[in-house]
Amino acid sequence: MQPIDLANLVQPDRVHKSVYTDQALFDLEMEHIFEKAWVYCGHESQVKEVGDYFTMQIGRQPMVMVRDTDLSVSVLYNRCPHRGVALCGNQSGNTGKGFVCSYHAWSFHLNGKVKAIPLVKGYDGTRMHTDNADCSMVPAARVDSYRGFVFASLGKEGPGLIDFLGEAKIAFDDMCDRSPVGEVEAVPVCHRVVQHSNWKFFMENQLDALHPSVTHQSTGVSARRVEQRLKRENGSAPLFFHYLSTFASSFDQWDSVQTVNFKYGHGILKAYMGLRPTDPDTVEYEALIKKAYGEEKGEEYLARSIHHVLIYPYLSVQSPLQQLRCLRPMAPNKTLSEIWHFRLKGVPEAIYERSLWYFNLVNSPATMINADDLENWTKGQLGLESKGGEWVSFHRNYGGDTEKDGVLYSNNGTSEVVMRNQFIAWESYIRAAIQPKATA
Amino acid sequence: MQPKEVKEALGTGVVIEAIQSMSGAESIAPDHMGRGRMPSQGYIPKAIAVDAALRREVEELLFHQAALLDNKAWGEWAELFSEDGVYWMPSTPLQTDWRREASIFAEDRLLMEVRMGRLLHPNAWSQAAQWGTNHIVGNIVIEAATPTTLEVYSRFQMMEMRRDQVRHFGGSYRHTLVKQGEDWKIQLQRVDMTNGQAAYDYVIQAWV
Repeated sequence: MQPIDLANLVQPDRVHKSVYTDQALFDLEMEHIFEKAWVYCGHESQVKEVGDYFTMQIGRQPMVMVRDTDLSVSVLYNRCPHRGVALCGNQSGNTGKGFVCSYHAWSFHLNGKVKAIPLVKGYDGTRMHTDNADCSMVPAARVDSYRGFVFASLGKEGPGLIDFLGEAKIAFDDMCDRSPVGEVEAVPVCHRVVQHSNWKFFMENQLDALHPSVTHQSTGVSARRVEQRLKRENGSAPLFFHYLSTFASSFDQWDSVQTVNFKYGHGILKAYMGLRPTDPDTVEYEALIKKAYGEEKGEEYLARSIHHVLIYPYLSVQSPLQQLRCLRPMAPNKTLSEIWHFRLKGVPEAIYERSLWYFNLVNSPATMINADDLENWTKGQLGLESKGGEWVSFHRNYGGDTEKDGVLYSNNGTSEVVMRNQFIAWESYIRAAIQPKATA
Repeated sequence: MQPKEVKEALGTGVVIEAIQSMSGAESIAPDHMGRGRMPSQGYIPKAIAVDAALRREVEELLFHQAALLDNKAWGEWAELFSEDGVYWMPSTPLQTDWRREASIFAEDRLLMEVRMGRLLHPNAWSQAAQWGTNHIVGNIVIEAATPTTLEVYSRFQMMEMRRDQVRHFGGSYRHTLVKQGEDWKIQLQRVDMTNGQAAYDYVIQAWV
């Protein structure tokens, strides 16, 4: 591998195209970002019963999250220590009281410890005996959860989960606090969509307030036409038309939506959709929240101005509508996203339906929104793989942001501070990865 | 080992027979189900007797729908639906209520109008790519009939070309048809796609 010249990859106002296209850099990202930092596995409610499992990639590693007999949640490498065969063969399911390998029937407790090996005497005198850890499934180095959202880190070192999440942990607070009992439950439908582009396109796009009225104009304009007709005819239109019609807002309107950018590349796009109409369902719901938390706290929770929270480099949480998308990078030019939504516990069905209709219209595989994002990213990847230019520009409002206590606030919603902040984090991850070699 | 020893080694052996005792993984973990839980029962249609002319009418409607989709005649396609018509693609076969389930498509006529407006908008960027579909509809089963309503089951196979990629989608349709004047209109089209929960390479832009 060529030595990495970081100063010529990431500059404060631009990055070199190879950070999106280069296989060696992708491998480095996998090894030193995705396979070390805290990565989202799933929600505890995905594995309710003992033996329930959910498999996912952490970086390049096939992992399984499983509910143990003591009701704790483990995250293990989905790999038999004997010959390496994956122990769970589906995305989700129930493995009963333990794992059993389909090749030679090595069996394991739900915490990964070896339970039995056939003809175990055959191992007498070898280094593979059942009290050797090498005979057990390997657990993730660290597992932790926050408000029911389970994360694992495959690296022993580094900040704890709460430190890693920092202010961005409000993603989960904002989601759960909107339930009067402070909890959510995953709806067991996980859509998966593959984008033919680098994972960074997704992360940059999520807080990019300049693109919606361009990329999503067709849907925004079409929805606005129907919404306005309904309002003329009936005096009102279902809220979900508004989800789509806001995409047709003007550049100036988008420029007024601010972003807040945190350490580790995390960030928030503040709210732009009015989610507090005065219909009877909303009034009932808001009263429920204020009854549960008190007038002041309840109002704080309902008034939080958040559209998306990004947990860099893989998670987009749209907390006010309980949507979550998690990236699983596959190659420099290929990324899988897992798309979930959650049900607020203890709220009327009408409030769940807000989340549901956003999921159906915006986040389903028949999305009227992401169809055009994916098209952009495919073409973006194509352009970056060309020799037609070396740099990707993040100059918009460069020098015009405000920093306070390490948090970057955009003074303009469309400021590319979002991307600049993400690359500050990316640069520091990669710097830490290559530094030992540089000093060797 | 000398050749003679190999000959001796090969000269004796055993015969193992399947005997009635626990074998394989069962002997290690007797109650383990490596196959996972049994899948839930899907939907098996039951035919009723109908006259050939009615059957022909139903077939023509389904074939016409396929032709309209394959020709991107969105407006005419939407007109196949009654005013209260719904196009629903659930995420799983167990879902029952188009308004209350996490769906792939859940569209009444108004949302169909939004999608159509988007597909036809001059700046529908993703429509720039050359794309087309080919639907085959068959295995038609008429399950219930009154003079004004029909329940029809069928299966479809759809090939989609987009730029240089080809994808396949397949599954079943369940149509609830209502008689309006001379025509049968679609009141509900339920689309259970066999690969509806597989990972999507890109997304689906138009009705299947």
